[in-house]
Amino acid sequence: MSNSTTHSTGPTDQQAVTPEAAVAAPVTGGPSGLRRILRMLVADKLALLSALFLVIVILCAILGPLFLAEMASDTNLRARNAPPFELERGFAYILGGDALGRPLLARIVMAARNTMLIAAGAVAGSMLIGSTLGLIAGYAGRWTGEVIMRLADVIMSFPSLLLAVIVLYMLAPSIGNLVLVLAITRIPIYLRTTRAEVLEVRKRMFVQAATVMGASRRRIIFRHILPVILPTLLTIATLDFAFVMLAESALSFLGIGIQAPEITWGLMVSQGRAYLTNAWWLAFWPGLAIILTTMSLNLLSSWMRVALNPTQRWRLEIGGKKND
Amino acid sequence: MTDHLLEVRDLSVQFHTAQGIVRAVNGISWHLDRGETLAILGESGSGKSVSASAIMNLIDMPPGEITSGEILFEGRDLLKASDEERRRLNGKRISMIFQDPLGHLNPVYPVGWQIAETAMAHGRGKAEAYDRALALMERVGIPDARASMGKYPHQFSGGQRQRLMIAMALALKPDILIADEPTTALDVTVQAEVLSLLEELQEETGMGLLLITHDLGVVAEAADRAVVMEGGLVVETGTPRELYHNATHPYTRKLLAAAPGKGAMREPEDGPEAILEVRDLKKDYGGFEALKGVSFDMHAGETLAVVGESGSGKSTIARLVLRLEEASSGTARWKGEDLLTKSPRQMGKLRRQLQMVFQDPTQSLNPHMSVFQIISEAWVIHPDILPKARWPERVAELLDQVGLSPEHAKRYPHQFSGGQRQRIAIARALALEPDLIICDEAVSALDVSIQAQVIDLLGKLRDELGIAFLFIAHDLPVVRDFADRVLVMQRGEIVEQGSVRQIFEQPCAPYTQRLLAAGLDSDPDVQADRRAARLALAGN
Amino acid sequence: MNGMLGKRAISSLVSLLALIVLVFFLSRLTGDPAALYLPVDASEAMRENFREIHGLNDPVIVQFGRYLGDLVQLDFGESLRKARPAIDVVLEAFVWTLWLALITMTLVTVAAIIVGSVAAFHVGRPFDRFASVLSLIGASAPDFWIAIIGIVVFSVSFGWLPTSGTGTIWHWILPISVLFVRPFGLILQVVRGSMITALGSPYVKTARAKGVKNRPVIFVHTLRNAMLPVITVIGDQAAALLNGAVVVETIFGFPGVGKLMIDSILQRDFNVILAAIMVTAVAIFIMNILIDIAYALLDPRIRT
Repeated sequence: MSNSTTHSTGPTDQQAVTPEAAVAAPVTGGPSGLRRILRMLVADKLALLSALFLVIVILCAILGPLFLAEMASDTNLRARNAPPFELERGFAYILGGDALGRPLLARIVMAARNTMLIAAGAVAGSMLIGSTLGLIAGYAGRWTGEVIMRLADVIMSFPSLLLAVIVLYMLAPSIGNLVLVLAITRIPIYLRTTRAEVLEVRKRMFVQAATVMGASRRRIIFRHILPVILPTLLTIATLDFAFVMLAESALSFLGIGIQAPEITWGLMVSQGRAYLTNAWWLAFWPGLAIILTTMSLNLLSSWMRVALNPTQRWRLEIGGKKND
Repeated sequence: MTDHLLEVRDLSVQFHTAQGIVRAVNGISWHLDRGETLAILGESGSGKSVSASAIMNLIDMPPGEITSGEILFEGRDLLKASDEERRRLNGKRISMIFQDPLGHLNPVYPVGWQIAETAMAHGRGKAEAYDRALALMERVGIPDARASMGKYPHQFSGGQRQRLMIAMALALKPDILIADEPTTALDVTVQAEVLSLLEELQEETGMGLLLITHDLGVVAEAADRAVVMEGGLVVETGTPRELYHNATHPYTRKLLAAAPGKGAMREPEDGPEAILEVRDLKKDYGGFEALKGVSFDMHAGETLAVVGESGSGKSTIARLVLRLEEASSGTARWKGEDLLTKSPRQMGKLRRQLQMVFQDPTQSLNPHMSVFQIISEAWVIHPDILPKARWPERVAELLDQVGLSPEHAKRYPHQFSGGQRQRIAIARALALEPDLIICDEAVSALDVSIQAQVIDLLGKLRDELGIAFLFIAHDLPVVRDFADRVLVMQRGEIVEQGSVRQIFEQPCAPYTQRLLAAGLDSDPDVQADRRAARLALAGN
Repeated sequence: MNGMLGKRAISSLVSLLALIVLVFFLSRLTGDPAALYLPVDASEAMRENFREIHGLNDPVIVQFGRYLGDLVQLDFGESLRKARPAIDVVLEAFVWTLWLALITMTLVTVAAIIVGSVAAFHVGRPFDRFASVLSLIGASAPDFWIAIIGIVVFSVSFGWLPTSGTGTIWHWILPISVLFVRPFGLILQVVRGSMITALGSPYVKTARAKGVKNRPVIFVHTLRNAMLPVITVIGDQAAALLNGAVVVETIFGFPGVGKLMIDSILQRDFNVILAAIMVTAVAIFIMNILIDIAYALLDPRIRT
């Protein structure tokens, strides 16, 4: 991507025979948009599996609380720490029961909502603020850019635990406030990436061509720069979604994140820790839910890195043909 | 049949790609003798480098696959030899140098070691290898060779890096040197030096030289015989003279016809007054003076060429006038108003009168926009030019004007070839109905035949629309065919200016003379004269 | 290089100062230490007295002025919790963290480079797939969960390893193994990717055209170039470890900076929080310089 224009390099012949160049040659327009993306997704079996898993998690998050709210909060003393894989108490207890006899499966489904909501909120917030600041830092003058970058440094080194505790004491421990904490700590990631990309993209010839045509700053940023860096930002956001989930569960685990009776997967692991010696499943299943989700996000993110990049896309497209 | 040093017989190589199998070369045959220079001439996509990669065992398999043929080196088929046997030949008996020496030298090791490594890889002792490296660096003309051994590739100029590559390749006095576009990225004067170095070394060692190039001038200057390739096939073989005068294949003829520098020169008329007056334009980058006070005038409808080698500051002029960068001092009056002091808003309005076509159309077109969006963006920015209802009609008209078809409007830049992309970029510039178009090396990244077509197009637009062109180029023959007047630049200064005839027929400045003498002509006889002139010039 | 170092030092100092101001004022929003350190039934007079002794009665801005004044004389104040100089408390914990980070990062670097390179030579083959899965799991797994599972398996079920503390070499195995996982996954991916890029680079083509043997092509020409992007990631991961691995240190009762930090925050031990931030900032600054030096040693283009 970074092959900057040097002094005339003339026609190169070596390139012409590599697969990349062969694809860069005139191609008839294939199916556009969604269908093309879906086809590329099907081509990568692991990414497809990840996407399916994430769809299930999202469905759980949306629909779960409608059906399972009661089941997940009803205590049942006879099912305290009920072991998994026993069906006599009903399918809800397939993963066992927690310390108060509530079915773990139902609770995991319930907890998906908070877990997803917090991560999605934090990622959306930090991406929006971070990339806006990054655009400004990359396009504005040197001083503004410098100040914004130092701000990023300060946020980066501000202990997130302290921030969490401050917010916890100052404002009530709520989902919204946890989102706030996590969003703030993740701003620098988007800020730095966006700035670095803007600095690179604004030097590209098509941005200069737009300048020569008299395009306004706003037009250059939104029409020419943003579409180029958006795939990178989305890829990072997917990866960061996993990171934020881990951070949220770490905070909840330490007792400075979400507070009972609200639940997230991280909090469930934390609650299960007290029963490690006699009921490992209390901590195991919610942990597995976290790991499967973050793994899916990681896989999807590396798929996106290829799929959203026009010069890399062919890899998936030939992959598809070979698999057929 | 085995009396040739190297012989390629019926070689076919294919690559497995997204679009299915691409046949890079298809049953090609050629041979190379001791002491001979064979040129493989072809444009991009012709497969001219593939046989070299096959000889050096550099084709990655997969995705590559050699489907037929043999490569006979001293009568032995290399394709039947083991990897280890072929490794022993590489660097020792057959060597190779590449187009982009900066990329092909390892950035993190000193060049002395990299040259010595050739000998060490073939079992020579360290001391011997280093002695030899030093001698070679002196031989290829690296100044202060002993101290330079410890320097890194980025510390040398482009021409020096190619000399280092040559030293590395010749460390063990190979029987064959393969040079893949060895001078393409170099300035003309440096190109001439590197070619004559190769020639001297060939005389000293008697090696066979395989010269892969797209440049007819290089063939005329250096080759004993040439093989012309197109679309993976050898279409014609012969001496440069035979090919130049009696080419039989239509492709060869087309290639020769496209070679610039043979048309009639234009005679500038003393036309209307100046539209652009540049006075004492300066630019320095933290102490380095890129432009040292440049002054010139441009008249309406005139084509002014700015020529010079890399670092001459010729592109800086364009960037300063268009305010892509801020000048350090000076003025640039456009129809009486100084462009350099305009506010961004005022400049935005003026911009529609001055447009630019960039060197690399792949990078100057936004890959996320369709051709329609690219061209009509002009009217989004300057809505007073054209009402929205008329956009589709006008886009179709412009596409037609630059030799594309109206259906192309829906496509995206990556679906076009390099030449077509440059046509789109020209259409975009025309959409604003400018009075001046600045072309910054606008044809130098294109193949010769495409280059000729784009120049024809620009000439047609000039005549039909009366647009003035500021034509920045390093390629003198193109300038000769296209420009009215020429500015010659060197190290940030104008060393000479005048009508195209004056510059090409009676150059005054020594630098202009050297530049012209270093340029290569596709006619072997003209080139022989020029070469004599160059040697005479060097002798003085 | 020296100019760059100076500029870096200044901008780091500016950031650190801003950070100290922010932390100083914001941390006081977490509540009154007197409420925490005195018994619930302590009288208002006792509380007043406690605040007086620790200078918590003055306006915050005055407290801050006093703190800066002391700081200039390298006095970081007392720890409320331990009743000792805050800097001593922090340095003690920091040494533990430093060792933990050093050992972990050394192991991670060696393992990731070996596995990543081997995977790069065998792109698409079983070993590469195995490495990819390994790195994926590593990058995805929550450390506290691995820690808990580790305790269940190795301490509770088999009884091989102690669950917490720092007494013997055995105490270090679980914390290091848990901390190893994530950086290993991340660095492995980068090593593999940059190794593949380097193997396809033009200078490798040149080396092959010179007739250089396979082994030197890989170890001499490729590896050093491929290490450049890797170093950056190693730096990031090491910085994260130097900040203290809060979760892991808490679970294993490891007396490092991370555990100290969370304890001090929860106990409103402001001086310790500030001292810890400064010590880790200095450590990370030094480490970044070491990274720069390593970069310059590997890449001559940066030296000039």
